[in-house]
Amino acid sequence: MRNWVLSLSLCAIILLCACNYSPSTGFKHQKKSITLAGSTSIMPFAEKLAEHFMVEHPDFIIDVQGGGSTAGIQAVMNNTVQIGMSSRALKENERLNTVIICYDGISIVVNPKNPIHALSIKQIRDIFNRRIKNWKESDWIDRAIDAVTREEGSGTRGSFEELVMRGEEINDGIMVQDSNGSVKEVVATDPYAIGYISLGIVDNRVKALTVDNIIPSIETIKSGEYKIVRPFIFVLNGEPDNDLRTFILFVLSKEGQSILKKEGLIGAYD
Amino acid sequence: MPMTDKALFKEKFIKGILVSFALSSLFFLFLIFIFIFIEGLPLFHKIGLKNIIFGFKWAPTKGSFGIFPMIVSSFFVTFGALIVGAPLGLSCAIYLSEYSGKKMKMFLKPALELLAGIPSVVYGFLGVIYIVPIVRDCLGGPGFSLLSASIILGIMILPTIISISFDALMGVPKTYREGSYAMGATKWQTIFRIVIPSASSGILASFILGMGRAIGETMAVIMIAGNALKIPTSILDPLRTLTGNIALELAYATGDHRLGLFSTGVVLLVIIMILNYIANFSIKRKIIK
Amino acid sequence: MRINPRITDKLARIVLNTQAFFTVGILVIIILIIILKGAPHINLEFILSAPEDMGRHGGIFFTIIGTVFLVFLSILLATPLGVGTAIFLTEYTKESRFTKIIRFGVESLAGIPSILYGLFGFIFFVIKLRMGWSLLAGVLTMAIMILPTIIRTSEEAIKAVPRNLRIVSYSLSATKWETVTRVVLPSAAPGILTGIMLSIGRAVGETAAIIFTMGSSLRLPMSLMDSGRTMAVHFYILAREGISMEKAYATALILVLSILFINIIAYYIMNRVIAKYS
Repeated sequence: MRNWVLSLSLCAIILLCACNYSPSTGFKHQKKSITLAGSTSIMPFAEKLAEHFMVEHPDFIIDVQGGGSTAGIQAVMNNTVQIGMSSRALKENERLNTVIICYDGISIVVNPKNPIHALSIKQIRDIFNRRIKNWKESDWIDRAIDAVTREEGSGTRGSFEELVMRGEEINDGIMVQDSNGSVKEVVATDPYAIGYISLGIVDNRVKALTVDNIIPSIETIKSGEYKIVRPFIFVLNGEPDNDLRTFILFVLSKEGQSILKKEGLIGAYD
Repeated sequence: MPMTDKALFKEKFIKGILVSFALSSLFFLFLIFIFIFIEGLPLFHKIGLKNIIFGFKWAPTKGSFGIFPMIVSSFFVTFGALIVGAPLGLSCAIYLSEYSGKKMKMFLKPALELLAGIPSVVYGFLGVIYIVPIVRDCLGGPGFSLLSASIILGIMILPTIISISFDALMGVPKTYREGSYAMGATKWQTIFRIVIPSASSGILASFILGMGRAIGETMAVIMIAGNALKIPTSILDPLRTLTGNIALELAYATGDHRLGLFSTGVVLLVIIMILNYIANFSIKRKIIK
Repeated sequence: MRINPRITDKLARIVLNTQAFFTVGILVIIILIIILKGAPHINLEFILSAPEDMGRHGGIFFTIIGTVFLVFLSILLATPLGVGTAIFLTEYTKESRFTKIIRFGVESLAGIPSILYGLFGFIFFVIKLRMGWSLLAGVLTMAIMILPTIIRTSEEAIKAVPRNLRIVSYSLSATKWETVTRVVLPSAAPGILTGIMLSIGRAVGETAAIIFTMGSSLRLPMSLMDSGRTMAVHFYILAREGISMEKAYATALILVLSILFINIIAYYIMNRVIAKYS
C-alpha cells in the first residue's frame, strides 16, 4: 500500500515538474549552452567544430541539431535556437544576420563502376528532368538511369535546382532520399545510380563527375571555374552575445577554418 | 466493523482518481485527433479537398499539395505486403494450431512473436543490404521498389497475422473437428472445409490488422521504397507512401509545407481508423456468432 | 478427375510444414546475419565509450543512456495510468456504455501508427508546449504510445485473478481498495509485469515517434529538456547515412539482444502465470 502511494506521488511530482518546465524557466545549465539547428549538410561539420571547441572551452555545451536549412532559419526567427545553419542563400523576407563560415561544392556523383567521367550541365539537367532516361544516351550500356534527388525543403536541393536545373523541374519519377549520406549510400551501392552530394563527403565509395570539363575540387572552386557552389551560413537573430561571439570567432579562426578545410570544404576567406 | 466516513471518502476519492486515469486514454486520443486535424484541415479548406486527395503533383514549396500518388502507393505496398505475408502467416497459424505438437508449439510461438520484437529499422536495413541488390541485379530497376518494400513489410506483418489467426483457429470448437473426422474426412479436408470457414472472421481480422501495420510502417519503408513521387507503373518502380512523405519532410517543413504534411497525416489517420473499425467489427461478429 | 483426398492431405501437410519452417528460417537468418556481422565489433569499450565523429568511431554509451532514460521515464508515467485504467475497468465498474467508450479509445490508440504519434508529439509537445526536441517530449509521446499495451495486458492479468480471492477478502470486511491493493494486484503482478516488459521492448525499438520528439543530438542528455539519441535512432542514422557499417551492425546486435532478452523475461513470467492458474 505504502509503495503504491509512494510511486503515485512520485509520478505526480514528475508530472508537475514536467508541466512547470519550459526552456526559459527550466534547470539552467551550469555551463554556457549554445544550440545550432538547420541544414543536415552542415551538421556533420558543425559537430566536428563543436567537438574541438568544447575541448578548448570546457565550460561550453554546443548542441547540434538537424532539421534542414529552412527549419533552422525558422528556429532562429522564433529564438528557439541561437544559431541556424543554412546551406542556401537567404530569401529576401528572411531578414537575419548571416555569417558565411565556408563554401561547399555540390558534386555530381556516380558509382565507381560507372565508366563515365564527365557530363555537361545540360546532360545532368536532362537526367534529372528525365529527358534522358537511359545510360545508352550518355554512351554507356543500355540500362535505365537510377537518379536520386533530395527532398523538398533541403538546402542542397534548393542550390541544385538553382545552379543546375535553372528553373526546370526535377521529375517526379526520380528517387528521393533525405540526407547527403543516404544519397551517397544509394550511389555507392547501385552501379547505375547518379546523385548529387556535398563535395565535403565525397570519398572513394563514389565517383565525382567532371562537369562541363571542370573537375570539382578545392582549387577549381577557389578559382571560380567550378560553378556548382553554395555557401554554408550561420544565421543569427540580432547581434551575437559574448558566448555566441566566442564560438563564431572560433569557427572563423585559423583553427576552425583548418578543421573545415580538412573536411574538404573551402574556407570563408578563400 | 462499519465503514467510517473517512474510509468511505477514501474509497470515493480513489474511485475518482481511477476514473480520471481511465479517461486519460480517451483524452490522449482526443488530443492526437485534435492536434493533427487542427494542423491538417486548414489546408484542405485553402487548397481544396479534391486538389489534395486527387492531386497528382506534390511540390509543397511551390503550392501543389497533391497526395494521390502516395495514397495509391500506400495501398500498393499494403496489398503487396499482404500477398507476401498472408499465405505465409496463415499457413504458419494452421501449422501451429493443427499440426504441431505441444513442444513444437512452445518453441515456435515465442520464436515467431520475436519477429514482432525486432525493430522496424533493422528490417529496413537488412532489406537495403540484402533484398534491394538482389531485386536490382536479377529483375532490373533501381532495386528500391514496390517489390522490395512489399517483401520486407510482408515479413514484418507475419507476427500480427500469425498470432491473431492462430487464436481464431484455436477458438474453433473441438467438436466441429471430431464431427468431420467421424464422417471420414481427412485432416486437410477438415481444416479446409470446417476449421478455416469457422475461423474466417478472425482470419480476416488478422489480415486487416496486418494491413493496418503495413500502411502505418514508416522507417523501414523510407529506407527501402526509393520515395519517388510518381505512381509506380511496375513492381520494380520506386514509390513514396503517406508515412514516408511525413517522415522524409517533417523535419524540414515550415509554413504551408508543414501543414501539407499534417494533411497527409489526416488522410493516414482516417484510413487507419476505417481499417481498425472493420477489423473490430469482424472480430465482434465472430463473438456474436 | 478427382484427386485422391489422401494425396491432397499429404501434400497440404508438406506445404504447410515447409511454409512454417520457411518463416522460422527467416527469423533465424535475420538473427544470424546480425550476430555474425555485429559480434566481431562488440566489446566492452563499444558499450561503455562515447561516440566520436558522429558514431564512426568510439562506442554507443550515450545512446544506451538515452534509451534507458526514455524507456524508464515513459514506463514510470504509463504504468500507473495504465494499471489504474485496468483496475477501474475490471474492479470498479460493470460493462456499460462508458466502459465501451473507454475500450474503444484504448483500441484506437493501439491502432495509431507510430509516425502519427511522432507528428502529434512534434506539434503538441515540441512546438505548442515549447519543449523543443527534448527527452521530456520523447518521454511523454512514448508514454501515450505504450499506454494501450499496458492497459490491455493489465486488464487480462487482473481478470485472471480468481473470484474467490476477492470474496474472501470482502468477507474479511476489507474495502474495495484494500482488496485491490492487497489481494488482486499482488496476484496479477506477474501479468502486469509481462505487459510492462513488452512495452519496454516496443519503446526500445521505436524510431519514427522518437526522432521527431526527442531529436537526434548525439550527446548525453543531462536534463529533461536536453535532446538525446536512442540506440534505435542511432542505428537508423548510422545505417542510412552510411556512416559505418560495422558500428551499425554492432548497434543492431545490442538492440536485438536487449529486445530478445526483454521478450524472454516477459515470456518466462507469462508462462509461470499460466502454470499457476491452470
